[in-house]
Amino acid sequence: MTQPMLDRREILPQLFPDTDGYLFISGLAGPARDAAALTGDSEKLYTMAGTMGAAVCMGLGTALSAPESKVAVITGDGELLMNIGSLATVATMQPENLSIVVIDNGCHGETGGQPGHTARKTDLAKMAEGAGIGSVRTVASPDELADAAAFLQEASGPRFLVTRVMQGPPSEFSRNLDPAACRLRFRNAYLGTA
Amino acid sequence: MTEPDKNDWSAQVFDKLVDADVSMMSYVPDAGNKRLVELAEAHNDMRPILLTTEEEGIALCAGADLVGKKAVLCMQSSGVGNCPNFLSFVKGGRFPILMIVSMRGDYGEQNPWQYPMGEAAEPILEAMGVLIFRVDTPDDLAPAADAAISATFKGGHASALILSQRFLGAKPF
Repeated sequence: MTQPMLDRREILPQLFPDTDGYLFISGLAGPARDAAALTGDSEKLYTMAGTMGAAVCMGLGTALSAPESKVAVITGDGELLMNIGSLATVATMQPENLSIVVIDNGCHGETGGQPGHTARKTDLAKMAEGAGIGSVRTVASPDELADAAAFLQEASGPRFLVTRVMQGPPSEFSRNLDPAACRLRFRNAYLGTA
Repeated sequence: MTEPDKNDWSAQVFDKLVDADVSMMSYVPDAGNKRLVELAEAHNDMRPILLTTEEEGIALCAGADLVGKKAVLCMQSSGVGNCPNFLSFVKGGRFPILMIVSMRGDYGEQNPWQYPMGEAAEPILEAMGVLIFRVDTPDDLAPAADAAISATFKGGHASALILSQRFLGAKPF
C-alpha cells in the first residue's frame, strides 16, 4: 500500500470546507477530537468517548431518520473494525445522505500506538466494497484531498472514504464529554426546540 | 408443546409500536420475532433494518433519537450478551431505547447451549440500567407492552419487553 503522507489534523477541514447542512457522528478518541476541532464542538456533532464500534450504526440511524440532512460519520480504523459488519447494514439500507470517513492511522493511537490490522494486511476499502458499498475511495497524500472532497459532494451515497494518515497526534480540542448534555443539544439544534 | 397464538401477539405489539410513532424496527432474525418483522416489511410507515449484530441496533436507535425519530430493536435473548457496552451511552445519555427480546434458555429449553445466556439476559440488562417488562402469559402482553413503550418513549428510559418461552413456546429438538 502507498505510504501515507497525510497529517490527520489537516484532513477534515479540507474534506468539509463547509460544515453547514451536515450532521456529524464520530467514534471515540482521535476521530472525535478531529471532528470537534472541525466543527468547534458543534451542537450538530455527537462524539463518543467510549462504546468503540458504535459510530457507523449511530450515523446510519441518523441518516435514515433525517433524509433531508447530510450525515457524516468520522471514525478510525480500530473503531470501524470493531463493528465492521455495520458496513453490510449500511449497504443493505443504501442511505443516499450518508458519508463515512475513516481516519486510518494503522494503530490504536489512544492507547499507546499499538499497531492495528490495517498496518499489516487489512484493506478497509476492500471490506467496504465487499460489504456492498458502491462509492469507495482511498487517499494517502495531500494532493488527493481536493478530489476526496469532491467525492464526498458528488458520488452517490452511501460514500466510504479511507484517509491513510501518518501516525501522530489528533487535533487538540477539549470537547463536551457529557453524553446526555450532548444528546439534548443535538436534538434541540436539529429539532429547533431550545 | 402448546402453541400460543403467535399471530395475535405479533400484531398486537406491532400495532402498539405504530401507534407510538415508531418508524424503524431493527432486528437480528429470530423465530420469536419473525412475524413482527414481516409485519414491518408489509407496512409503509415502519422500516425493517437487518443488523449483523444486536449492538448495532442500540446505536441505530440512538442515532434516530438524535433527530427526533423512534426506533426499536428486536432480538433473541442471546443477543443481549452483545449489547452491554453500547448500553453505556444509553445510560449515560438517557437515550430512549426499546428492546424486544424473545427468550431462549428458559422455560422448556432443550438446547444446553442456550441456558447460560438465557439465565444471564435479565441480570445483564438490569446491570446496565434497562427496565424489564416480562411477558409470561397472554394476559401479560398488552400491559407489559404498553408499560415498556411508555417507559421508553414517554419516560425516556431504556426498556426491554421480554417474551418468555413460557409465553412463546419452546423450540423442540
